[in-house]
Amino acid sequence: MPTVSVKRDLLFEALGQKYTDEEFDELCFEFGLELDEITSEKEILIREQGGEKAEGASDVVLYKIDVPANRYDLLCLEGLVRGLQVFKEKLEAPRYKRVSPADGGEPQRLVITEETASVRPHAVAAVLRNITFTQERYESFIELQEKLHQNICRKRTLVAIGTHDLDTISGPFTYTAKPPGEIRFKPLSQSREYTAAELMSLYKTDSHLRHYLHIIENEPLYPIIYDSNGIVLSMPPIINGDHSKISLNTKNIFIECTATDLTKVNRFTLIITVCLFVCFNTFFILFRVEEAEVVYPDGRLSVYPELAYRTETLSGDFINKRVGINESAESIAQLLTRMCLRSEVSGEGDLIQVEIPPTRADVIHACDIMEDAAIAYGFNNIVRSTPRTYTVANQLPVNKLTELLRQDLTAAGFTEALTFALCSEEDIADKLRKNITETRAVHISNPKTADFQVARTSLLPGLLKTIAANRKMPLPLKLFEISDVVLKDETKDVGARNNRRLCAVYYNKSPGFEVIHGLLDRVMQLLDVKPGRNQGYHIQAAEDSTFFPGRCAEIFSCGKSIGHLGVLHPDVISRFELTMPCSAIDIDIEPFL
Amino acid sequence: MADNGLLESVLRLVEKVDGGTDSQDVAADLGVDHQVIVGAVKSLQALGEVISAEQKSSRHWELTGEGREIAEQGSHEARVFNAIPDEGLPQNQLMKMPSGKVGFSKAMSNKWIRLDKAHEGGPRVFKTVEAIEDTVRDKLQLVQKGQSAKLEDKEKNELKKRKLLSEVTVKSYWITKGSSFSTTITKQETELTPEMIASGSWKEKKFKPYNFEAMGVAPDCGHLHPLMKVRTQFRQIFLEMGFTEMPTNNFIESSFWNFDSLFQPQQHPARDQHDTFFISDPALAHEFPQDYLERVKKVHSEGGYGSQGYKYDWKIEEAQKNLLRTHTTAVSARMLYKLAQQEKFTPVKYFSIDRVFRNETLDATHLAEFHQIEGVVADYGLTLGNLMGILHQFFTKLGITKLRFKPAYNPYTEPSMEVFSYHEGLKKWVEVGNSGVFRPEMLLPMGLPEGVSVIAWGLSLERPTMIKYGINNIRELVGHKVNLQMVYDSPICRLDS
Repeated sequence: MPTVSVKRDLLFEALGQKYTDEEFDELCFEFGLELDEITSEKEILIREQGGEKAEGASDVVLYKIDVPANRYDLLCLEGLVRGLQVFKEKLEAPRYKRVSPADGGEPQRLVITEETASVRPHAVAAVLRNITFTQERYESFIELQEKLHQNICRKRTLVAIGTHDLDTISGPFTYTAKPPGEIRFKPLSQSREYTAAELMSLYKTDSHLRHYLHIIENEPLYPIIYDSNGIVLSMPPIINGDHSKISLNTKNIFIECTATDLTKVNRFTLIITVCLFVCFNTFFILFRVEEAEVVYPDGRLSVYPELAYRTETLSGDFINKRVGINESAESIAQLLTRMCLRSEVSGEGDLIQVEIPPTRADVIHACDIMEDAAIAYGFNNIVRSTPRTYTVANQLPVNKLTELLRQDLTAAGFTEALTFALCSEEDIADKLRKNITETRAVHISNPKTADFQVARTSLLPGLLKTIAANRKMPLPLKLFEISDVVLKDETKDVGARNNRRLCAVYYNKSPGFEVIHGLLDRVMQLLDVKPGRNQGYHIQAAEDSTFFPGRCAEIFSCGKSIGHLGVLHPDVISRFELTMPCSAIDIDIEPFL
Repeated sequence: MADNGLLESVLRLVEKVDGGTDSQDVAADLGVDHQVIVGAVKSLQALGEVISAEQKSSRHWELTGEGREIAEQGSHEARVFNAIPDEGLPQNQLMKMPSGKVGFSKAMSNKWIRLDKAHEGGPRVFKTVEAIEDTVRDKLQLVQKGQSAKLEDKEKNELKKRKLLSEVTVKSYWITKGSSFSTTITKQETELTPEMIASGSWKEKKFKPYNFEAMGVAPDCGHLHPLMKVRTQFRQIFLEMGFTEMPTNNFIESSFWNFDSLFQPQQHPARDQHDTFFISDPALAHEFPQDYLERVKKVHSEGGYGSQGYKYDWKIEEAQKNLLRTHTTAVSARMLYKLAQQEKFTPVKYFSIDRVFRNETLDATHLAEFHQIEGVVADYGLTLGNLMGILHQFFTKLGITKLRFKPAYNPYTEPSMEVFSYHEGLKKWVEVGNSGVFRPEMLLPMGLPEGVSVIAWGLSLERPTMIKYGINNIRELVGHKVNLQMVYDSPICRLDS
């Protein structure tokens, strides 16, 4: 969930009202936000870097507010204030529109060349005119750009936004792609020119930029935007040129957004991003959003930003029935208007016309509108009622059997362990003296540590590790677990299945095979399987590399092998950092369902 | 236990005195070591109210080893004096005596002897008095007889300085008659035996009282894991509410069922390598319900069912990727799809409690795997008010009655609500679960009838368990680093009390 950090006093000034922390928390809760933390820059510095670094830092109160992941329109102070003011009916939702250049001038134009096709083929553009920044507005503008990068732009992997002082550059602009060695410019915050290749190694150690290098690093061509004089605007998605950087004095801004190929992203996200960006900034910064043209390699021409409003029609009855309230169409229209969805009753029955602004890309279905009506009504004002759905409960047979067996295993003196379903390859192979290829293990492709390389194929490693972590406990240790292991199985749609197993270990100064054997007899008694060769159960000597030679038996029930029991091989014991003899049983309980 | 003879002797002594007697005096009277009497007092106490004994401590003087030697053989100076014949003794010979050095200087300062350094044949020692009085020995003998009170403090301290006396603290008992005082001992039985029952002899016997302050012997038994005890209770609650358990025994799931069927777009961050464990072997799932898959593809890429869709190119390759399920909702999706394939829709209530996996950064409250509790109800015309009503019933069974709901976002539910309960201890509202109404874009492609709503909620099993059992670090609860003593000691789980 994204977090927006805003200065409290600035927020209250913009809201035109002062709140206590509790009151503001309450307002957030109602609106679906969370006042996560009340802090200051100074406090953050003290916490992260210690008191010394924090000397002289600002102690202006900051509110950190969690915003739902779909509400990109609330990602900055301006967006938040607008949302809350409209919610509290202190303000009407603004209408966003773009204008043509003044005095009938030509729109700015961005020309995309076909070289971009292989690396980052999409781009849109927009122009903001007559801006007056203050320090705070400027910071908010930059922060919003960063928030969009982190969220809807997925850390720039989908979309990157570049902003430029339009008065320092001249169109038309060209978006192309070139080999890294041929790109040369002075990037933001550097004092000299670098080639793109040099920049990539320079930024390897940059705490911020190094996270984005991978997006284009291995491409033969890097995306690059030039103005008509060959000045570099930006090398998306990494860095802008220093020449066109914006400042507090910037009056006119050229915005370009670029995106990778359509398999991951879509024109849609790109368009939304630029539109969110320009719309938010209209709230405090009085300026015009001016259209810009984008020319595609095939000669097609589009005009951006698209500030499209859409109208949905739905009935008051639909909302009442889904939410469980009984409001008139008029009052529902009013509720929706408070959520920035300007609505009115159409006059036909209880039909409501709802206008979806370009900033609310999250509204894609009538159910999204229904939710906004419910939020405006107040979730906690809705009468809670019990559904009359009549059903009879059933347990899953394998879980029912597990529950019953667990009870009786503790009655037999064994204590239940609860171990991880994921483990290292070593745990299920080397340490058990098995070859990983014979385990039928499911392998994980992206484990962060060796502890999550495979799904377990046996409960035994977990139990032995539990004993190793509890060696100070008095002996004997008697542990069991009934849980799932995972095995590859080509007959399943996903190629693997779970298998419910029962595993128990006895750890003492003597191996206690008879104890584990006795447990088997008891389990079979509980499952109502009698000793015997055909319809019953029996054990027979077997070789298994996990067990001590001559001290292992295979367990058969109704003629089918269900597992093993025996004294563990000394190497297994030492590989799990244990020192005492240990016997174990491991059986499949699914045949007893 | 001290023998009965001694015990009775003690009792007889106690009988003679009125206000009680000190165990040290008893020891002196009976001429036995004090520790023996202490043992006897304890044995008598164990017999019930025969005597009452109050422990007290007193300080008294005792001879040191050297002191005892002097009490027997005389002081060093006296021994030196007595060794000197009338004609005197050469000094070097006198110094060879065991008490020589100390005795010589003391006898000199007492002026009992004199040294003639100029004597022919070397320095020689002569007596100066006829007879002496060995007061040191006399004083020590007084102490030995227990009559140290006759000495002045100054004298005792002087002897202490010479390391002949030491002051010791003695714990003794002040013994008085008990409510059932008697000078004869009846032997007490420790336990009832089969023979006593058979013969009836128990009627005549006295039984040693039990010490009810002591702990009993721990029973030899196994123990259920606390997290599993809580799981059992949650299962019970769902069963009481008429919910049927879903088959969640499939940790490996395809992206299709885990994400796509839930209308979670393919570029959603939850589908990142950073958040989800993907499977390299078996890497891909095959076999999907083909026409359903087409409908899912369509609703993502183009919309439909009243939805705008997400407008991107939906790829089968992305849907095929196997992973460790990130939520049990993947199973709910399979179950709802199955329900939609029935000839006629029937309302259902489903639940599950099982493991889910997240490729997350681990900390004191987060592990890569945890148990998700999930409840799902599908029926015609269910409302948001119904969801809140059923959550109220569910949480009431957990002992939580104060609930409120916060709007939230979840890709596959709309509306989505976070469930908060008022925590009396923390005096604030804390999040206890997540809930919502499944999106039509998820339900309609499955083939569920238009008017059917599906409401659902979820929470983790670990968090309420940690709160219930007061555990701060999740590793102490789940996994092999568990503290078995905690497992042994954990009480039964009743969530509503």
